[in-house]
Amino acid sequence: MSTCYPKKAANLASRVLKGEAIIMNPVDSSLFSLNETATAIWEAADGRTTLQEIVEREVCPRFEIDSESALRDAEEVVHALAEHSILLVSEEPADE
Amino acid sequence: MSSLMESLNRRALDAGIPLGVHIDLTWRCNERCIHCYLDHEDSAELTLDELCHLLDSLAEAGVFFLTLSGGEIFLRKDLEQIVAHARACSFDIKLKTNALLIGPEQAAWILRHGVHQVQVSIYSHRPEVHDGITKVRGSLDRSIAAIARLRALGVRVVIACVLMKQNTGDFEGVKQLAADLGAEFTLDPTITPHLNDYGSLLELNIPREDLVSLFHNQALTGSTDICLPPAPVDDDILDGTPCSAGHTSCYISPHGDVWPCVQFPLASGNVRESSFLDIWTGSVQLREVRGIRARDLTTCSGCGHVGTCSRCPGLAFMEGSMYGPSTTDCEKSFARTGIPSANMMKRSSASASRESLVHIQL
Repeated sequence: MSTCYPKKAANLASRVLKGEAIIMNPVDSSLFSLNETATAIWEAADGRTTLQEIVEREVCPRFEIDSESALRDAEEVVHALAEHSILLVSEEPADE
Repeated sequence: MSSLMESLNRRALDAGIPLGVHIDLTWRCNERCIHCYLDHEDSAELTLDELCHLLDSLAEAGVFFLTLSGGEIFLRKDLEQIVAHARACSFDIKLKTNALLIGPEQAAWILRHGVHQVQVSIYSHRPEVHDGITKVRGSLDRSIAAIARLRALGVRVVIACVLMKQNTGDFEGVKQLAADLGAEFTLDPTITPHLNDYGSLLELNIPREDLVSLFHNQALTGSTDICLPPAPVDDDILDGTPCSAGHTSCYISPHGDVWPCVQFPLASGNVRESSFLDIWTGSVQLREVRGIRARDLTTCSGCGHVGTCSRCPGLAFMEGSMYGPSTTDCEKSFARTGIPSANMMKRSSASASRESLVHIQL
């Protein structure tokens, strides 16, 4: 999964308040609140950056965590967000 | 309210973030509802450029919930561009409309831009009653057709029914209509006073006996616990704030005026003269509103209902003072519990004194 490209789903409402993202999916009115680590992943999920790059660039330095543990946690976060259709995961980078 | 929403509101309150903003895009309207509190004046509305700039500022300030209302918003030819910009700013978008102008094209872009909810005003399931209130023949049929169009695309629709003397018996019919259309239903028994003529619409309010039966209708309220006498008032209640207006939410008029709420017309700044964030953080008026605690209220602080009353500070403001009571909400507290409010007792006693004085003169 580390080579996957996570991307925010279209048409979601989202805002980062004091470092933590809130997300509303208008399709089913589900509301999510992400912690700071998940928010860092969410913000960087542009569909063109691999999860491994996101973890190394955004998570490890900011939260002082080793890359192996961070990647494992990040994969869980991405999996959970993808299950709720607020993050899309692809094996190929998205078009510009 | 979900615990996540409660936590979100608390975080916004602690951080001074305007979580929700209601913008009236226009006061023009294609209906002439008998209970409308607006003048349909159409001059000097914020332009598309001004609105886009404003939406950017709101996003920067942390606004998440955005309500676009009017007037009738679909009278703005640039509405789709406004909504598209709001989508680009990642707001949770709610539209309030009478839906008369929502055809297939409009319904399609509402879906495409990820609008979370469309709220449509329906006053009765009977055309003669609904059209009698809107003053537009055929308006009920057109609104229903638009709702069906939106629902067919999967757009969430809420039917809002304001109750007044003319339609007081029709809410069950509207509720059923909503169910038939796959829409949600909300009921509001409050007539907002006209912004320029306080008393002119209040006679439309439903009679007290109808209010009593509404509050005791468990199918509507979910529980009759709200009809129990209020718990004793303590310091936590007296240190509480009245509602979110000015604390985590505010209103912006079609001309850029910022008020604490659409129902609280306290001029607090204008986005044509200052940035939204400067108004939100620096307005003397908003700061005063934020400073008000229940213990500061002139009559209500001594009222047993103060902890459970739906007192609207905006209605109180329009009635005379934002520190004073809102008689409409006193009526609701009385209708729920059968216990008169301090304001009602005071008025009744003043009225008795006046009668005594007349007797002496006779």
